[in-house]
Amino acid sequence: MSYGGSTSAGTYALVAEFVSAEQLLAAAEKTSEEGYSVVDAYSPFPVHGLSDALRFHDVKVPWCIICAGLCGSFFGFTLQWYTATIDYPLNVGGKPFNSLPSFFPVTFESTILFSAITALVSMFALNGLPKPYHSIFNTPGFQRASKDRFFLAIEKKDPKYDTEQTKAFLESLGPVAVSEVEA
Amino acid sequence: MPLPPLNDRMITGEQSYATIDQSISSMIIDQKRHTRPWWIMFCFGIMGTGLLGVAITWLVYQGVGIWGNNVPTAWAFDIVNFVWWIGIGHAGTLISAVLLLLRQPWRNSINRFSEAMTIFAVMCAGMFPLLHTGRPWVAIYWLFPYPNIMGLWPQFRSPLMWDVFAVSTYFTVSLLFWYMGLVPDFATLRDQSKNRYTRVLLAVACLGWRGSNQHWHRYEQAYLILAGLSTPLVLSVHSIVSFDFASSIVPGWNVTVFPPYFVAGAVFAGFAMVLTFAIPIRKLYKLEDLITDRHIDWMAKITLATGLIVSYGYTLEMFYAWYSGNPHEWDMTYLRRLTGPYSWAYWSLIICNVVAPQAFWIPWCRRNLVVVMIVCQFVSMGMWLERFVIIPMSLTANYLPSANRMYYPTVWDFAMFAGTIGFFITLMFLFIRFMPVINIFEVKDLLYKMLGHHDTQVSEAPVEMPEPAVGRSF
Repeated sequence: MSYGGSTSAGTYALVAEFVSAEQLLAAAEKTSEEGYSVVDAYSPFPVHGLSDALRFHDVKVPWCIICAGLCGSFFGFTLQWYTATIDYPLNVGGKPFNSLPSFFPVTFESTILFSAITALVSMFALNGLPKPYHSIFNTPGFQRASKDRFFLAIEKKDPKYDTEQTKAFLESLGPVAVSEVEA
Repeated sequence: MPLPPLNDRMITGEQSYATIDQSISSMIIDQKRHTRPWWIMFCFGIMGTGLLGVAITWLVYQGVGIWGNNVPTAWAFDIVNFVWWIGIGHAGTLISAVLLLLRQPWRNSINRFSEAMTIFAVMCAGMFPLLHTGRPWVAIYWLFPYPNIMGLWPQFRSPLMWDVFAVSTYFTVSLLFWYMGLVPDFATLRDQSKNRYTRVLLAVACLGWRGSNQHWHRYEQAYLILAGLSTPLVLSVHSIVSFDFASSIVPGWNVTVFPPYFVAGAVFAGFAMVLTFAIPIRKLYKLEDLITDRHIDWMAKITLATGLIVSYGYTLEMFYAWYSGNPHEWDMTYLRRLTGPYSWAYWSLIICNVVAPQAFWIPWCRRNLVVVMIVCQFVSMGMWLERFVIIPMSLTANYLPSANRMYYPTVWDFAMFAGTIGFFITLMFLFIRFMPVINIFEVKDLLYKMLGHHDTQVSEAPVEMPEPAVGRSF
């Protein structure tokens, strides 16, 4: 059932391969119940409920975005206020220098611009991307993780990790293969 | 005779995750799928792009005098085309962002190429106001606030400045949204590609995406928030475009209904363009199982709905001209639009935008692809005419009769417009050939949901052989 093993010295993780998202979800739930914590799952599309099953909670991205959005509004408004009232005051049709209503559109647009750029950048940065090499790619058949296969990896860093026991546990979850992946 | 009921599934045929990969990614990996029609369209596009190059070169050399613009009609084809193109882009954002927030999963198979359409349309749009400045290389300090040695700053009380910010933000955000959607698909293609160079290129493009749950978790958060940001953005962009007119005092422009009416018009034209591309492409590349008759039917319905909003806008413009009691407004409507030298444009607009889309009330018309294509061409033309009616026509007759002057476009006006259409076609067909036309991972997600979260028919028991996921037919 398993692809050939290697010495556990250079091991990154034990990886189980499943044929369906359902099996992966069930397996992830059981893995968390079993007490494993340094676990990650790999799937070709986002499987809802997987984060809950793996006890992964993270709200850093939304916080980064809202902070950037506030900076964007501040920047957009200050830019207009400073240029129109202090650095280059110009009387246009008798309008006040600080023409607040006219400053809304640009303030809004810069809020969106800052937030959107931060959404992309913070998502990739927190995910540690770009990363050209990662040990999980050593998993046999891992190219199907982006196609139609689902993988569950219990990493060696996990305090409960034990080559034999963990392997036996993963095999009890009904995978098509369990492999020991080199770092 | 009653029509047979439409197959209500959003994916049809015998499908599994692997067949979805096969139908979409083979368009990039197996370049032999691109046959003569691709080359014909590409050459057509390249010729248009060449024409655009000539038109721009002559314009930059000779100046905007080669256009038909005059005084009082200082805004003519350039602004008409700008508004038209920007509007076409809006359907892409509507499909990708608004329908995502409204939880309409059918968008999953059409969002990618409508987003591409958005980006290319905004590129075409952006050229016009830039070149309208005459000397775009000098225009930087007119448009962008940067500390320059002249000590000048742009005038933020002007809607034209708002436009610069709205359009540039819109382009940037659309590009980010598009790229973000492409990243997991690039990873899929990387894993399937046989060619070493392609694989390296795709690996770089996908930034080493590995589909981990933590990736997807943050990805979905960011994607949803981006959709939430794009929704008010797309509304703001065309509202701000309409402020260019609505905040002036020109008769025919100074109407408060402009922002919602422009946004609806944008979506109207945009869906017509999405259909214009979707129908031939699904036929050419046999994507009928992913872009189904159901999709076409729904898009036709949205076209009809937005068409009705636009028709309401025309009615309200007319009512406003009468009810305001402003004689100049009424002269504009009666002497310039309903009668007068440009009345052909107004009445063609009514036929194209008000009469033609009514065909979509009839189910037979929504399912007959030839009818859908014809109506969409009417809509595209009608929306262009609408901008023509609003922009140069309103300027030809002002408050002082002595200032009235007719506007006639020159061959260079047409050349540049045709050129941008060619440029757009070139980019679209390059996109079809080298990028995944349909969002692979979202369609898989859709398939997973359609299967009622039972994505295979294998049982819970361990499976000995790594069988591919069993396909199910719809």
